[in-house]
Amino acid sequence: MEAKKIIVCDTEKCAGCELCEYVCSIFKEKTINWSKSRIRHVRIEPTFDIAIACRKCEEPLCIKACPRDAIEALDDGSVKILKDRCNGCGWCIEACNFGALKLDWDTKSVFACDFCAGEDGPKCVEFCPYDALEFTTLDAVGHEAGKKAFKRIIEELE
Amino acid sequence: MKGYAGKFLRVNMTTGEIKPDTLSEEVARKFLGGYGFVAHTLYNEVPEGTDALDPENVLCLWTGPVAGTPVPVSSKYIMGAKSPATGFIGFGIASGGIGSELKAAGWDGIVITGKADKLKYLYIQNGHAELRDAGYLEGKTTWDTEELIREELSDDEIRVSSIGPAGELLSRLANVTNDRNRQVGRSGIGCVMGSKNLKAIAVRGTGSIEVADLDGLLELCKDLYKRCRGPATEKYRVLGTPANVLVHNRLGCLPTNNFQRGTFDRAEECSGERMLETMVKKVVACPSCPISCDHVNVVKDGPWAGAVASVDYESLELLGPNCGVSDLGAITKANQLCDTLGIDTISAGVTVSWAMEAYEKGYLTKEDTDGLDLRFGNAEAMVEAVRVMCLREGNLGKLIADGAARAAERLGKGAEFAMVNKKLEWGAYSLRSLQTATLGFATSVRGACYLRSGSYQPDVKGTVDRYTLDRSRGKFVFDGENLYAIIDSMIICKFTRGIYKSNDEIASVLRMVTGFDITDEEMIKTGERIHNMAKLFNVRFGASRKDDYPPPRAFDEKMYDDVSDGAVIEREKYDEALSGYYEERRWNEEGIPTIGLLDELGLDATLGVK
Repeated sequence: MEAKKIIVCDTEKCAGCELCEYVCSIFKEKTINWSKSRIRHVRIEPTFDIAIACRKCEEPLCIKACPRDAIEALDDGSVKILKDRCNGCGWCIEACNFGALKLDWDTKSVFACDFCAGEDGPKCVEFCPYDALEFTTLDAVGHEAGKKAFKRIIEELE
Repeated sequence: MKGYAGKFLRVNMTTGEIKPDTLSEEVARKFLGGYGFVAHTLYNEVPEGTDALDPENVLCLWTGPVAGTPVPVSSKYIMGAKSPATGFIGFGIASGGIGSELKAAGWDGIVITGKADKLKYLYIQNGHAELRDAGYLEGKTTWDTEELIREELSDDEIRVSSIGPAGELLSRLANVTNDRNRQVGRSGIGCVMGSKNLKAIAVRGTGSIEVADLDGLLELCKDLYKRCRGPATEKYRVLGTPANVLVHNRLGCLPTNNFQRGTFDRAEECSGERMLETMVKKVVACPSCPISCDHVNVVKDGPWAGAVASVDYESLELLGPNCGVSDLGAITKANQLCDTLGIDTISAGVTVSWAMEAYEKGYLTKEDTDGLDLRFGNAEAMVEAVRVMCLREGNLGKLIADGAARAAERLGKGAEFAMVNKKLEWGAYSLRSLQTATLGFATSVRGACYLRSGSYQPDVKGTVDRYTLDRSRGKFVFDGENLYAIIDSMIICKFTRGIYKSNDEIASVLRMVTGFDITDEEMIKTGERIHNMAKLFNVRFGASRKDDYPPPRAFDEKMYDDVSDGAVIEREKYDEALSGYYEERRWNEEGIPTIGLLDELGLDATLGVK
């Protein structure tokens, strides 16, 4: 099985423009409506920005929390909301540690990131003007972090 | 008609009545949005003889057609009213999230009249709007007000525009702050909010925004985002606008010691380069912005440790070199005081520099300054003067709270070095060594303004001899004003002006958003119409040629300077340039639009002249 890929945000590069939210709603909802974005930007004043989408948890708390079995895990690790079962109670939103689920104000049902399945990768990653988003595996993220740390040590030694 | 919500809110603060109104397609086509809507609303709705602080004054907040779309840096809004600073048209444009949020809530704008009996705030959540009690927010800073409203309503995603204590105390320089670091800064709009007992406007919108051609727009936007990361915006991204400090210092046009000089011997200490190295914690972006120019300073140590502010060139320069101050910590602190207590940084800087010159000339005594040693270069005194100015505290605060021109009036001295036009403080561009800029600033409808035409550009770029004037300079101001009127009406950020290949590409954005079949020529003509609408408002309130001059220092004193030594504006040449500008605009020698022009633009010709 392929290693699972998630959307990772480099918080130093993320400037908080929220264009990921605009783009997400355009591709997933065919309209401009950032409150229906699958990715969520958060700013902690004065200078901390991050964009968070589904983390593809090994044991998704959202699935456990749902009293109506309206969420199922897919092979790629993402979750699917069964709209005919979801009544918008929001327990999954409470359960998610990352704020990755959202409630649709119009339909009163929950939605989650599907990583633009069927497309050539997530659109938010493709459009991010700051190259802050990456569609990658946690292994690759760890490897990059290791390389960065080692480079810093080398620079200090030189 | 896409892009627009098609409706706006009317709020009567006296009766508490709130009702929706329709935005007509005719108004949208003729005035586009933003600045155009402010000019149109004020001209048509502010009654004859209204004082800026009367309940009858009209306070309006407008977005433009692109607000809430993925067009680069389109999340902007404008607030306008008859200005308590100038008595003419007042307005300010800010970024941040409230413009797009209002559009998502289903409204293009808000038109507010009357005066509430107690302090209130307006809360809009999609189709719902109400005036809520703001008693608990009295005297609160703008930053606290944002947080407290979000807490009260248990919704962290509410966007808030609010006034600080200075607005409540009716300072004629009071600003409006949203998202902490974004301000409707100039011309005292916060004062009008205060006069209506309106502490804040809070908005939450979750609706969709429709454009005429979403696929086409997104394709263009993808390309525009790339251009926003290219050379056209590099200055803004890397050093931010404070890059100008050393550039202007080299050109001898960096206002120093209340515009007496154009070079500052300690400019290196407060340069954009030094700020980036020692103060900037992070460069952040407004919603929908692929550039990110917002350099957030966090002071790490020294007497100003803990101060936080997003510091731009104008604020840095006027609170800094123009007060003889190079301490970036003190400048950051003073900037934060302005943002949180609620006064425009430009007006604050120029007013404090006026007080410093008055003090050095002996016009102000230590009793007048409550013991402050208000010499140029005294950073601590600068910060304290800003604080008392915002809070109208003590002798000094009471004297300077309403700006340099009014301080000179109260003192009965020092009017000759109050660096104002239409009683509004001058931007951070020296007058005598940037003379095209001076023509543009002095003829600006809102007073002393660098943002109406960018008239400093031919001077700084060397297109013209910046140490003199002639009849042809009016053309630069005319062209700049017409294009900027469009930028300010759409509303997009001026920092994106370099990413568009042509005016037609800007028009193509308008076509894709609104569905209007508008050519680039029609677009520029619309800009001309909007600017004339704003001018007509001023004419109605008595504006004429006399209001279009720089302060006396421009004519009466030669510069003593390293670079621009001896520079001065010759009055005859200025008059010639001013007449040239009026001629370009098809206004008469008093600066009044001609009937032929107004007819051609489809504007009310009642006030026009032959």
